[in-house]
Amino acid sequence: MLTLTCPCCGISACETELAPGGEAHLKRFGPGSPDADFESYLFLRQNSRGVHFERWRHAMGCGKWFLAARDTATLEVFGTYSAQTTEPPADIIAAIRAKRPDWSPA
Amino acid sequence: MRRYSAFAIAREALRHHTGWERAWRSPEPKPRYDVIIVGAGGHGLATAYYLGKNHGIRNVAVIEKGWLGGGNTGRNTTIIRSNYLQDPSAAIYEKARSLYETLSQDLNYNVMFSPRGVMMLAQTEHEIRGYQRTAHANALQGVDTTFISPSRVKELCPIINIDGPRYPVLGALWQPRGGTARHDAVAWGYARACSDMGMDILQQTEVTGVRREGGRVVGVDTTRGPIDCGKLGIVVAGHSGVMAERAGFRLPIESVALQALVSEPIKPVMDVVVMANTVHGYMSQSDKGEMVIGGGADGYNNYTQRGSFHHVEETVRALVETFPMISRLKMLRWWGGIVDMTGDRSPILSKTPVEGIFVNCGWGTGGFKAIPGSGWAMAELMAKGHSPLTEGFSLDRFREGRFVDESVAAGVAH
Repeated sequence: MLTLTCPCCGISACETELAPGGEAHLKRFGPGSPDADFESYLFLRQNSRGVHFERWRHAMGCGKWFLAARDTATLEVFGTYSAQTTEPPADIIAAIRAKRPDWSPA
Repeated sequence: MRRYSAFAIAREALRHHTGWERAWRSPEPKPRYDVIIVGAGGHGLATAYYLGKNHGIRNVAVIEKGWLGGGNTGRNTTIIRSNYLQDPSAAIYEKARSLYETLSQDLNYNVMFSPRGVMMLAQTEHEIRGYQRTAHANALQGVDTTFISPSRVKELCPIINIDGPRYPVLGALWQPRGGTARHDAVAWGYARACSDMGMDILQQTEVTGVRREGGRVVGVDTTRGPIDCGKLGIVVAGHSGVMAERAGFRLPIESVALQALVSEPIKPVMDVVVMANTVHGYMSQSDKGEMVIGGGADGYNNYTQRGSFHHVEETVRALVETFPMISRLKMLRWWGGIVDMTGDRSPILSKTPVEGIFVNCGWGTGGFKAIPGSGWAMAELMAKGHSPLTEGFSLDRFREGRFVDESVAAGVAH
């Protein structure tokens, strides 16, 4: 069973307590943007087999959104971090690099 | 290829079964094929088969990284139905269902198609209205479905508890011509027929790269060396995103785990397929007597072919409420498959930004039922560049907002 530590309240929560929210760090586009940008924001996804950054909500706990770095091929969790960021923080990148030396950010 | 027949069984019985041929060849790869299909699951093999049968294109290779039919083709709950809402869906799923009716004769391979009827229970007022709407839409599309009463549900499937305390059965959408088939046999039958047409099925061969020149595909790199091709079909379900990345484009797809399980075998207790979408579970009985059970998909990206235990628990809990007599059955096997989900829960059969590359993916939680129709349509698309069956399912629809919304028909249960 998937267990993630909520960075907002510090509780180590199992997945029945959490709600998945899809890929993290999407670039959002507003009214007036070209169709291709809307398509990439709304539908196109990295869907990587391996390192994946994603949104989660501690739905049955503190209710806050947070982000997680996880390996979709092994279910290994590299770490969780605040949702108030547009890219993964340095310590998360370092944790991934330590375990996946040949990984490079997309 | 020697045909399978009653005579063949008698002949082999007399000579101690020494004369059976291998069902398909395992050849060395040729340097070039007119068409390469990546993925030897049901959809890939069916695409190859109809390329040869309907369009005369027989210099074809089907490349598979594992073994034939070892992905979702061998992991589904074998349900066949075509009671979708939108016209493009009805056309392709009904094409598939009607091809299943004569598939055993067509392939000379018994796929054990059993049109036992598929029932989708309505357990809320909203579901009644939704399924009545589907029944009306199906009537206009020429798909044979009706909305039936709770007493008829009980008559068709006596083991259902129609007076459940929380979700009583209020009616059902009934498709008498739906049913089940033997999933492995579908893959094996297509593989045998493809091999017989001279096509090469390359198992244990992984495509590691896609070679392009001037925006056009020219071949693939594989673990058994490079192979040239004229056209490339990517039919790899859950791994579509991985293959698309190798070919240089992105897809509107997310891969998640969907699980199923079977119980220990028991005597015949139900001869229809029952789906209960409000409580998230569906069940049928296999020819061996096992109850074949499926439920909801996980919500997060996953490539491990195993899912979360709590989803199985929820599915079984819901089905025990609906079918109290299964409460003491033991579970025999439990497995997961990686399904490729699109935003509108409809498939993608389309050209791609790279000339000569076609994709057939996004069947999500319900691809098995569509195998013959999907192969038929994909073959036409690859041979002619267009097909009436794939028009609604192009990649452009996400950019242009022309969705084929089937989240009600396909969102959870299959």
